[in-house]
Amino acid sequence: MAYSDKVIDHYENPRNVGTFKTETDIDAGEVGTGLVGAPACGDVMRLEIRVVDGTIADARFKTFGCGSAIASSSLATEMIKGMTLDQAAQIKNTQIVEELNLPPVKIHCSVLAEDAIKAAIEDYKKKRSK
Amino acid sequence: MTAATKPIEIPVPTGVKLPIFLDNHSTTAVDPRVVETMIPFFTEHYGNAASRNHVFGWTAEAAVENARGQIAALLGGDAKEIVLTSGATESNNLAIKGAASFLKKQGNHIITVETEHKSVLDTCKRLQREGFEITYLRPAKDGLVTPEQVVEAMTDKTILVSIMVANNEIGVVQPIEAIGAAVKARNPKALFHTDAVQAFGKVPFDVEKAKVDLAAVSAHKLYGPKGIGALWVRRKPRVRIDPIIDGGGHERGMRSGTLPVPLIVGFGKAAALAMDEMAAETLRVRALRDRLYRGITSRLTETYVNGSLECRLPGNLNISFAFVEGESLLMALKDIAVSSGSACTSASLEPSYVLRALGVGDELAHTSIRFGIGRFNTEAEVDYVIELVARSVERLRSLSPLWEMHQDGIDLNSIQWTPH
Ligand SMILES: Cc1ncc(COP(=O)(O)O)c(C=O)c1O
Ligand code: FES
Repeated sequence: MAYSDKVIDHYENPRNVGTFKTETDIDAGEVGTGLVGAPACGDVMRLEIRVVDGTIADARFKTFGCGSAIASSSLATEMIKGMTLDQAAQIKNTQIVEELNLPPVKIHCSVLAEDAIKAAIEDYKKKRSK
Repeated sequence: MTAATKPIEIPVPTGVKLPIFLDNHSTTAVDPRVVETMIPFFTEHYGNAASRNHVFGWTAEAAVENARGQIAALLGGDAKEIVLTSGATESNNLAIKGAASFLKKQGNHIITVETEHKSVLDTCKRLQREGFEITYLRPAKDGLVTPEQVVEAMTDKTILVSIMVANNEIGVVQPIEAIGAAVKARNPKALFHTDAVQAFGKVPFDVEKAKVDLAAVSAHKLYGPKGIGALWVRRKPRVRIDPIIDGGGHERGMRSGTLPVPLIVGFGKAAALAMDEMAAETLRVRALRDRLYRGITSRLTETYVNGSLECRLPGNLNISFAFVEGESLLMALKDIAVSSGSACTSASLEPSYVLRALGVGDELAHTSIRFGIGRFNTEAEVDYVIELVARSVERLRSLSPLWEMHQDGIDLNSIQWTPH
């Protein structure tokens, strides 16, 4: 299958790779983590958001999955930076499909990225309400 | 940022040309010596081998008979036992459907193995819908089936046993001679068919020693042209099967259709070359495979070979790179032609059924890569591949949350995943 230039770009130069856990200057209370997918399904995404004053100041990801899954999560971290939680929660997988030119068989990779954003927001909110 | 965020660049050594073809189980390059023998049969000797009354026909027929002899010799059989087909998919269809149809009064039970090629499995599935009973044997973790296992599955209704010599994904070579002996000892009237495609010309295989009745082979896996194969059909004692293609009665009525003479000539030459060169080629190809295996495993931890490493085709290496999804690795190896058992690379989005049958977990099946080394690969190519694979896996692991968890000592089975 031929990959779009954008998928290749995100795959070769993924943005915001990593985890806040190893970044010592960050207060764990500011971080929300979404871990979605399953190893047996061939795709797992972990997306972390760092929330400052109600907006997503920064994001990190790591992904086990195909090139389109890696690209979807890399793109997702770029998209949500600077958004409020409500804005980020509104992101639809179709925006990712469109931006990356994903073919039909790769739509589930974008769905996973959407799920990862939502799960990270959920996790952050849960922490806060404690 | 980190190394993970940059593409890998490795200088290509002199003498190595990209892309590198390491997918020799899917097909092979036609040997230039084969091409050379084929060419006159397109432009000069273009007669129909069935034309009995002019020199064009005679020349074509003589060439076909010569090729038949070359193919039969590599199988340890006789030229008269070769039924030429369009390839092994057709040969497997003809063997199984033809035998089932001819023997349906004798019984309705067929035995095969879960790891067979789709041209065997899907043929069996069709027969199942038509009322035949099929037993699919499950191989052991190393991919092997035992003669005892086969005999145990046989009943008085068993008319056909179909077991491949060597597997196309994991390269595992079955103890075909022991299985043949056991099948015939249990019931000499039950037919024994083998898909010998991957073994043909790569490892010793002899229809007499294996006591088979039917054997499917294909030219394009052996440096011959695509679109030509054969079904070897035993004559002593005579094995009878019904045709699946009717027409002019070619190939003793078992397969009608005008013979593609240039392809057949090429197939014959390919078989003759293998006959002469197999012993030396095996040593060379196996040395390259072992170099690849050692190179990869000395550079990377958490790699798992799928299937028996001992009972294996010399050119095959099927290996899982834990925590790195196969398609993402293929993307990094874009200048190398290999294939993966990952679901993401398949139309069905299911991981390899062969690895599943071995009991390889889905999470490891998704990370598997099949390397197929062949006649035209070189040591310099293998060394380049080792470097590229090692660096790519390291890079993708640094992107993988599973690798990070594994490094942190987290048991991945203890996590509540969200399958989708
Ligand atoms: C084990 C095995 N059997 C059968 C086939 C089918 O052969 P062909 O491509 O000649 O139809 C193949 C190749 O795809 C194979 O590897
Ligand atoms: S992760 Fe499987 S297709 Fe994208």
